[in-house]
Amino acid sequence: MSAPAPTLSSARPATGQPGDLVLRFRDVAKAFPDGTVALEGVDLDVRRGDFVTVVGPSGCGKSTLLRIASGLSPATAGTSQVDAERIGYVFQDATLLPWRSVKKNVELLAELHGMSKTATNQAAMDAIELVGLRGHEKKLPRALSGGMKMRASLARSLTLDPDLFLFDEPFGALDEITRERLNDELIRLFAAKGFGALFITHSVSEAVYMSTKVLVMSGRPGHIVESFDVPFGPERTPELRFTPEFAALAGEVSHALREGHS
Amino acid sequence: MTATVHSAEETQVTTTVDTPPSASTADPVLTGAGTAPLVKRRGKGRKRVTDSLLPIAVFLGLIAVWYAITYLVLDPNRRFLMPAPHTIVTDALFDGPTMDKILPALGRSIVVTFTGLAIAIVIGMVWAIAMSQSRPIERSLFPYAVALQCIPILALVPLIGFWFGYDFPSRVIVCVMIALFPIVSNTLFGIQSVDRGMHELFTLHNASRTTRLLKLELPAAMPAIFAGFRISAGLSVVGAIVGDLFFKQGDPGLGILLDNFRARLQGQELFLTIIITAALGFAVFGLFGWLAKVAVGRWYDQSRDAG
Repeated sequence: MSAPAPTLSSARPATGQPGDLVLRFRDVAKAFPDGTVALEGVDLDVRRGDFVTVVGPSGCGKSTLLRIASGLSPATAGTSQVDAERIGYVFQDATLLPWRSVKKNVELLAELHGMSKTATNQAAMDAIELVGLRGHEKKLPRALSGGMKMRASLARSLTLDPDLFLFDEPFGALDEITRERLNDELIRLFAAKGFGALFITHSVSEAVYMSTKVLVMSGRPGHIVESFDVPFGPERTPELRFTPEFAALAGEVSHALREGHS
Repeated sequence: MTATVHSAEETQVTTTVDTPPSASTADPVLTGAGTAPLVKRRGKGRKRVTDSLLPIAVFLGLIAVWYAITYLVLDPNRRFLMPAPHTIVTDALFDGPTMDKILPALGRSIVVTFTGLAIAIVIGMVWAIAMSQSRPIERSLFPYAVALQCIPILALVPLIGFWFGYDFPSRVIVCVMIALFPIVSNTLFGIQSVDRGMHELFTLHNASRTTRLLKLELPAAMPAIFAGFRISAGLSVVGAIVGDLFFKQGDPGLGILLDNFRARLQGQELFLTIIITAALGFAVFGLFGWLAKVAVGRWYDQSRDAG
């Protein structure tokens, strides 16, 4: 179904330019008090217009990367520098407040940031439109499917019009069909908004399909073993998954994953 | 380029997820046809009859045992110990002078119950919220909440009378002390059980402590808080009766009345007062169950609560 393209004249004009650095990690390490080293020597740059995906096995420290980037948990060595006015963070869980309607949930972050009532309302309506939840504003989270919950969660971050978007395996719990659809929608959002994205996943195909750059991570301690630039342009269609180029790149990434894992 | 794709399939998935649990128990036979469903319907019908008949049978059985004790076990001049059910209705419920005593007493006990409960709710919630916001406060104050629960309040009742007299204030104090703990513990538990991911969401966006309390912790704790209210509601009736029963002075509430009827061997009146006291307990408990449904039933599935 096609809906008219929503206007993107929401909350504030885009401040950043494509290519502006929004996140930089230099030699970042994280050790926990019990002595486990979760990350070691991680270098990473995310610019506006970059969609950087980190792919790696469970427990390799991928999520720790995001927790450091967002400031939820400090690095124990190295520097992490964030040049983003606002950060969007999409958790693996939709973390919607069950007593709030979809609309009220989407408005939450704008509320926390002290946006005016009218601006909050406008930003929420725009974001709901963008993620395709129009008509579901009044529903409670319990009445939504997993995919719709994730859309609402995405819309909630979109109201802030973030320069840097962090995604912690957001579609990991969804079925494949829903996941692929949301992949496409996220690509469109990315193309429209031009934020910088750091996306965590354990799916190679999702990583290659979504990204401008794929980083392969290996665990114990977590470090980046290889980096791949993805040559496909900004417009991606599901057919891309069946091209030989896609298969070749996905094969290389899988290979790097296995190498790093052994 | 459009950034919106509306997905029909996904919406369909939702409708199946949407279906409230009650709908799944709705009789599927209504839409079905053919012989097999018909057999099923008859089977179900029989089940429903047993479902409602058995409780009635048990109730009638208990009444029968009661009559048996009254007329077969008890000596005729000791029947005041367990007067026949119908005489409770004829000699007490329909007896003007008796009801003239019971109704004002019921009124006084209701006032004590609700005053005590209201005070317990305010104190309990403030206490719990204070503990939830600071670990040292929790460490300093939680032992007293536990003490409140562990010390038999009855042991303190004489002291309360000694200090505050035997009238309304003392009765309310007893009521508050008995009703307080579930509110404190449930509110605290509710606030402390808030999902970690949600806390992190608020942390990421620099929410102040007050914002976090008002927009996250208290709403999330509401189901637990209301469960606490409901337990305390029942206890506050107990508190009102106990205070009354012990102080035995001032305008009689239900507790004093119970004791008076006992002392004067007025069996019918005593039983009626007990039944009315029980009804008050049920009513207050039910009221708070209903309030909980109104407040959080929209988003919280209460069937997950045990009791």
